[in-house]
Amino acid sequence: MAETLIWLIAMPMAGAVATLLLPRQSTPIACVTAVAASLVAGTLLYAVSEQGSLSYEIGGWSAGLGIALRADGLSALLLMMTALVMLASSVYAGTYFTKAAARARFWPLWLLLWTSLNALLLSGDLFNLYVTLELLGLSAVALASFGGKFAAVQAALRYLLLGLLGSMMFLAGVSLIYAGYGTLDLATLTLAVEPEPVAWTALALMSAGLLLKTALFPLHFWLPPAHASASAPVSAVLSALVVKVAFYLLVRLWMDVFADLVTPAAAGLLGVMGAAAILWGSWQALRTERLKLLAAWSTVAQLGYLFLFFPVLLALPPGPARDTAFGGLVILALTHGLAKAGLFLAIGIIQQRSGHDRINELNGTAQRLPATTFAIALAGVALIGLPPSGAFLGKWQLLAGSFASGQWLWILVTIAGSLLAAAYIFRVLGHAFGNQSYPRHSVTIAREEWPALILTTLAVAGLGLAGAPVWNLLESGA
Amino acid sequence: MLTAHWLYGISGCLLLALGLRTALLHDMLLQRLIGINVMGAGVFLVLITVAYRGPGIAPDPVLHALVLTGIVVAVSATALALALARRLTAEQDDG
Repeated sequence: MAETLIWLIAMPMAGAVATLLLPRQSTPIACVTAVAASLVAGTLLYAVSEQGSLSYEIGGWSAGLGIALRADGLSALLLMMTALVMLASSVYAGTYFTKAAARARFWPLWLLLWTSLNALLLSGDLFNLYVTLELLGLSAVALASFGGKFAAVQAALRYLLLGLLGSMMFLAGVSLIYAGYGTLDLATLTLAVEPEPVAWTALALMSAGLLLKTALFPLHFWLPPAHASASAPVSAVLSALVVKVAFYLLVRLWMDVFADLVTPAAAGLLGVMGAAAILWGSWQALRTERLKLLAAWSTVAQLGYLFLFFPVLLALPPGPARDTAFGGLVILALTHGLAKAGLFLAIGIIQQRSGHDRINELNGTAQRLPATTFAIALAGVALIGLPPSGAFLGKWQLLAGSFASGQWLWILVTIAGSLLAAAYIFRVLGHAFGNQSYPRHSVTIAREEWPALILTTLAVAGLGLAGAPVWNLLESGA
Repeated sequence: MLTAHWLYGISGCLLLALGLRTALLHDMLLQRLIGINVMGAGVFLVLITVAYRGPGIAPDPVLHALVLTGIVVAVSATALALALARRLTAEQDDG
């Protein structure tokens, strides 16, 4: 079963090379690769739930010398989310890019992005994490500039420079770690790390780099333009996955490897930044004129909720209470990934059909594109955190944890953020359901609209009603 | 030998700080890009200093590999940034 780990990286990579070499057949190749890689991700999820965490040493070289891959419950769940979002967006991209030449240039970068996402989630040492972070950054920037609109290239360039800055800070932290402890392997490091200046400085440098990449307020400024000006499938993946894996790495470092170093003050600082992100991101989403910018600002806000979990988790006693709350964090991240990807895909359809994404001119959208409007509404349910979405379970755990540890501020922020989210979602739906007296034919284009619908349905019904396996998996794969 | 070791390490940190300052405070793309590259050079210098294990002993290969990877990444990222910048100026001239 451990071989699935290497297949998850090899398969999209082989697909990337094949689409590059055979541009004429690139779309079928990419679709086959997407289906196959998703099946492997499903197999891995099943294997981790049965056997606990898995590891694989490439070429038989042991950790420290060779490349070690590891998958536990958390990474298996995120790999599955990556597969679902990438598969749905791949199907969507096949029709979104109408020109064959554009598709042929798109697929290699797309599959390379998938390769680096998988590799990052599976890496077990800081060296490979640095390499995969860079691969991810470069392919994400190339995709963000894809299409070549002036605004997109401009935003991609800023994204590249800030990403590079983040990587350099991360690498500086890695060099300190190696100087202090002589190893980059995360498992060895977990045992060796002690609360001393070198570890603190290294953690601060790595965290600063990752916070820049995950766009936590006030380091979020590059995100809205980059995510809003990219093409729809790319925006979906940037918002749902690329910022999420940098967050995953922060969770690994803060809650796993450097857990002994984290003080309540440091976790509280992340919480305050998260609270500011929720309020500022939601407020900007409410004020913006364009639908894609609304979705991008909502990503800034939703990432804030994930950071509220840091002080809450630290205040809870280790054991069942903390594990339950941690499950809430994971399910909130998964729900946001699926819902936000679905939202961006749905917005892409509206933008292509009506030629714009101005919120004030959405009148009649519900009549013309009923399925897409429904997908947006479902995504809204998940973003607000209404039951039965997975976000409801996640926010419930956040509130319960805050109550238990007496951190009232986070409760107020969560309530305010949810109300603001309801306001910006209903503003969109209000316009979309507005009446428009002329051409009243409705269109449903299955291949274009299914991906968004399936993703948002999974976020609302799948994760909400069948969320228990997430907790079981985190427990068995610990 | 110890002093030389520290000299390299401290100059690496200085380069890092200088590059970071330029990358954050300047608006011009080229200045920021060079700032990031200088910062990278600082990090690489620190890494090479850490890899040194004394005369007659082979330096740490893991860190050398890390530096090589870092250089490759820095070069390709710089190339990508310059390519994007060229596209921007080309469009600015057209429009």
